[in-house]
Amino acid sequence: MSLVGQRKSHESAEAHVSGKAVYTDDQRMPSGMLSIYPVLSPHARARILSIDTAPALDVDGVVTVLTAADVPGTNDTGVIRQDEPLFPTDEVSYWGQAIAWVVGETEDAARLGAAKVTAEYEPLEAVLTIKGAIAANSYHNDPQFIRRGEVDQAFAGSAHIIEGELEMNGQDHFYLETQASWVVPDMEGNYLVYSSTQHPSETQTIVARVLGVPTNRVVCTCLRMGGGFGGKESQANPMAAAAAVAAYKTGCPVRVKLERHHDMILTGKRHGFLGQYKVGFDSEGKILALDVALYAEGGWSLDLSPPVLMRAMLHVDNAYYIPNMLVRGLIVKTNRVSNTAYRGFGGPQGMLVIEDVVDRVARHLNLPPDLVRDRNFYHGEGDSNTTHYGQVLVDNRIARVWEEAKERASYAERDAAIAEFNQQNRYKKRGLAITPVKFGISFNKVQYNQAGALVHLYTDGSIQLNHGGTEMGQGLHTKMQQVATRALGVTLDRIRMMPTSTDKVPNTSATAASSGADLNGQAVKNACEILKSRLAPVAAKLLDFDAAEEMVFENNEVYCRTYPTARVSFDAVVQQAYGDRISLSATGFYRTPMIHWDPVTATGRPFYYFAYGAAVSEVEVDGFTGTFKLRQVDIVHDVGESLNPLVDQGQIEGGFVQGMGWLTMEELVWDDQGRLRTFAPSTYKIPTISEIPEQFHVHLIERASQDGTIFGSKAVGEPPFMLAMAVREAIRAAVAAFGNAPVVELAAPATPEATLRAIAAVQQATVSAEAALSSTPV
Amino acid sequence: MTQQLETQLALTINGDRVRLQNIPLTTTLLDFLRLTGRVGTKEGCGDGDCGACTVAIVGTSVDGKPNYQAVNSCLIPLGSVVGREVITVEGVANGKLHPVQEAMVKLGGSQCGYCTPGFIMSMFAAYYDGKLDDVAVEGNLCRCTGYLPIRRAAQAAAAETPCDHFSDRLTEADADLMPYRFTGEGQFYRPTQLQEVLELLRDHPDATLVAGATDLGLELQRREFPVMISLEAVADLKTLVQTDEFVKIGAAVPLSHIETQLHGVFPCMDEMIHWFAARQVRNRATLGGNIGTASPIGDLPPVLLALDAELKLVSLEGERVMSLSRFFKGYRQTDLQPGEVIQSVWIPKGMMPGATQRLTQSYKIGKRGTDDISIVAAAYVVDLDSDKRVVHARLGYGGVAATPIRASVVEEFLIGQPWNADTVQQAKPMLYNAFTPLTDLRGSADYRKMLVANLFEKFFVEFAAAAGVEL
Repeated sequence: MSLVGQRKSHESAEAHVSGKAVYTDDQRMPSGMLSIYPVLSPHARARILSIDTAPALDVDGVVTVLTAADVPGTNDTGVIRQDEPLFPTDEVSYWGQAIAWVVGETEDAARLGAAKVTAEYEPLEAVLTIKGAIAANSYHNDPQFIRRGEVDQAFAGSAHIIEGELEMNGQDHFYLETQASWVVPDMEGNYLVYSSTQHPSETQTIVARVLGVPTNRVVCTCLRMGGGFGGKESQANPMAAAAAVAAYKTGCPVRVKLERHHDMILTGKRHGFLGQYKVGFDSEGKILALDVALYAEGGWSLDLSPPVLMRAMLHVDNAYYIPNMLVRGLIVKTNRVSNTAYRGFGGPQGMLVIEDVVDRVARHLNLPPDLVRDRNFYHGEGDSNTTHYGQVLVDNRIARVWEEAKERASYAERDAAIAEFNQQNRYKKRGLAITPVKFGISFNKVQYNQAGALVHLYTDGSIQLNHGGTEMGQGLHTKMQQVATRALGVTLDRIRMMPTSTDKVPNTSATAASSGADLNGQAVKNACEILKSRLAPVAAKLLDFDAAEEMVFENNEVYCRTYPTARVSFDAVVQQAYGDRISLSATGFYRTPMIHWDPVTATGRPFYYFAYGAAVSEVEVDGFTGTFKLRQVDIVHDVGESLNPLVDQGQIEGGFVQGMGWLTMEELVWDDQGRLRTFAPSTYKIPTISEIPEQFHVHLIERASQDGTIFGSKAVGEPPFMLAMAVREAIRAAVAAFGNAPVVELAAPATPEATLRAIAAVQQATVSAEAALSSTPV
Repeated sequence: MTQQLETQLALTINGDRVRLQNIPLTTTLLDFLRLTGRVGTKEGCGDGDCGACTVAIVGTSVDGKPNYQAVNSCLIPLGSVVGREVITVEGVANGKLHPVQEAMVKLGGSQCGYCTPGFIMSMFAAYYDGKLDDVAVEGNLCRCTGYLPIRRAAQAAAAETPCDHFSDRLTEADADLMPYRFTGEGQFYRPTQLQEVLELLRDHPDATLVAGATDLGLELQRREFPVMISLEAVADLKTLVQTDEFVKIGAAVPLSHIETQLHGVFPCMDEMIHWFAARQVRNRATLGGNIGTASPIGDLPPVLLALDAELKLVSLEGERVMSLSRFFKGYRQTDLQPGEVIQSVWIPKGMMPGATQRLTQSYKIGKRGTDDISIVAAAYVVDLDSDKRVVHARLGYGGVAATPIRASVVEEFLIGQPWNADTVQQAKPMLYNAFTPLTDLRGSADYRKMLVANLFEKFFVEFAAAAGVEL
């Protein structure tokens, strides 16, 4: 039986639970290894007048201090635009930016040395908020647009028009393993980089750029990551680059492993967004026109903000057909951390805006929000099943997941029971909500949708499997092993999964955009099929058949489809192939077909397909404090034909809880000097086990094979994150039950304080409305 | 106290005796483990807030028998584990996976795996305690799984009855702490008599007292500690006595013991201890420490204020008793004098004379319900007479002033008032204006003021039925 589709445990699970899984900074240290430690800017924006590194050199164990003058190549780690100095020279651009790195024989020595480095600054006026940036006209790029239909005309024909805005907080990735890199130089000008990176090829490229050497001088290896979530896509590069400069300068191996505080202060996060909208709709709640502006907080440098913004613009429709749309997008430049990739990559921010809009529409008309959502879904054929950028929803599963989620959650019955509960209870209210997810799968940038693999067979029949994807806990390696066992017809024990390394598979894309299994799975399959095509004639010869194409590889044996009793072992075939001087190593390759994008018209088919899901959440909100309890969650999600239901379920549950954290308790607080105040788990709160509901059900839709993907499966990394919008809407529903207001605004995150304010606003609006009503002459 | 040469300092790790040589005793256990190649134990935060560094130590349970206790190794100085037994993630499997490991593997409890060693150790300790549930792993953060498979794994492993060499080991382990003194650089003392503590304090005025180190542990990497005196083995500080009239809690009794031994005695204390940090911290943190740090956001002081707790303070000059409400002098300042030690906390049990009913509860509001620092904490004790009039009221708060504090004006107002909605509505604006809290990253001043008032009303509403009054 094939392993594909089985609930196979994570390939490293036994190593995880016994402490044997090796992460970057767990390796045996080479002798003479040095550590580096950053010196942080105390200003959000300031001119650097001088840096005095000499006092640090007096500290026992300090080897040297790195500044811009030590960079042999280009002092820049920017990935789309070179606007990101590794060591700032003229100005510091955010609070906590590393102005220098101290190199010590131990981390303690480097830390004590860093405390001795002094610098003189001339503080400059800083831009610290999205609205502050808009007022100061501080942007990274020109505005982007997506247009559909005739917006002005549609507004003119709309019975109702409302305007509003929603500003949402960013989010720290809070991977459990902080950023870590080792750089080991040889004596011949080559550098081996071990990095906890989602994008080894980019880390390799940036290190080479900073060192001023050709890319082939640098090899980047990622053993595994202790979590990534997008936070180790571009953000791993500066740490690796700083360690590389230290290795270049000292000739010694160098390690960096950020302290948690530094990780949270130095590295980019999910973009905070401001959405401003005007929506026109009819009395049934059907949206006719939407004019929406999305402002993404890019932070001090551009980083990956353009594709993040574009994904937000491409997902501001979520699952809704809006016939006339004008979407504007801007990236504001502020003096805060440079925001970056984070699970969903702008999708959640765009979708949160439209969910706010739909709720406004529903409450304005006094209609149930779930009904208004349903009425606006993409449906049918033609325009009503086509996105605002012209992509047809070929296999639209919105209604399917929606109906199934409602049914599994007993939505109608519970809705009625909750209304009854709320009648009976004055001080606590319950809320029930269902929200949909439609999420586009593929990198927005067409060229990234390629992948490679390298498979070696050894003469004893054992196998090394390499591919370009990295393992950060998502189970990619597990799935790739499953794919390889099926493609080669061998058992799992023969396959050694190799660390991701740029000398094995070059020019890889980031393991991101939920695409890891889709892309690398096809590349692995391709490599295995190439090997099989070479082995088949050998096997046929051994079995005395002519038809190589009839050879079946299964369970470490090879046989002829039409005569299965005669079998030869896989080992024997491999040994014979070696004897016949046939190559036992193959590269595989894949590029996603059919996708295209025209940036001028902002139309095309950027996504190979869409993933769908729906979530029902029930909460209880305390009217005295604004705290909430998540009582029940029911999720129905579409992963196609799952490669591994255990892994996929884990992604859905984990993504949902992470999304819930973003929307309810994870609050990034900056003060008026631009200093992050929440840079430790004591102040930045991610969910614990006690925040998840006792009733938490996840169902994968069945008979859901997707055409043209690896064994019919679908991507699963990001889409479930946005299912958590159901928690936010359930809180909103509970808040609404404290009064009878036509608008229920709720901050993101909906912290207890924000929720209590929302309740107060609802009660205030209700009192005002009743007063107005009673004063109206009959 | 025996003088220990450096060469004699040792602890047991996974059954092996490991010597402590050329390493300061203020080094954290986590750093020591990793420096010596035991890298299975991870550092996720270094602040005792994520649980990735959790290990198990053999300690003493409430009934005096040895047990396994999950602790954050990033907070514990090596000096505190001298002579003790430590089990790390590397030592759990014995030829085959341990039941908690097996369940985690099978049910998908690990994804990236970085938090997993900590979860395994929390689950390991709870497995032998028979308390393997959500609470056992509240102090372990996982960013990948969403916790469901971990919950399932805990439930699966909890169904088994422990019977292996680890449970055997508990029957023979000696959890009594060996006294010792190390007088090399970075002196460390572990006396057994309070008198010794006081003499050491006299001889070393710069000494730092350390019990569970759950607060002090945060400072270990950031400053020097020339002399440390551990209170963990001082018998006089470790007793918990209960009579009909009062409870006396030794200052060095860990919260996990109080949690068990006093369960049901003071409902407002039960409630607050439930929200006090997480298991790893409660296993180590002490009542004396929570009072002595005098943090305005300490969880238990509001409860103790509401319960009219008194402190017994001792020094070489003698002892004195003072009410907790007079002990706090300012932000992180107390009336504790040089050379003086908190010996115990005394809490009266009965109601006020003339009262027929006591209403009491506590509340803690944070951004996250579990394991967070409070925005506001409140504890209430209200005694009513047979006419439902207030004869005694204590309203203790945390997070609203420079110290834990009582709303004395409102307490006075309540005396003699009927316990009803009118009285509460009159008290609310007084409470709203009772304090001038700060705005900080956890909450605004206004939210804190609202909570001060609203929590009191919440208390009234939740206990109206019990009090037999109308809403």
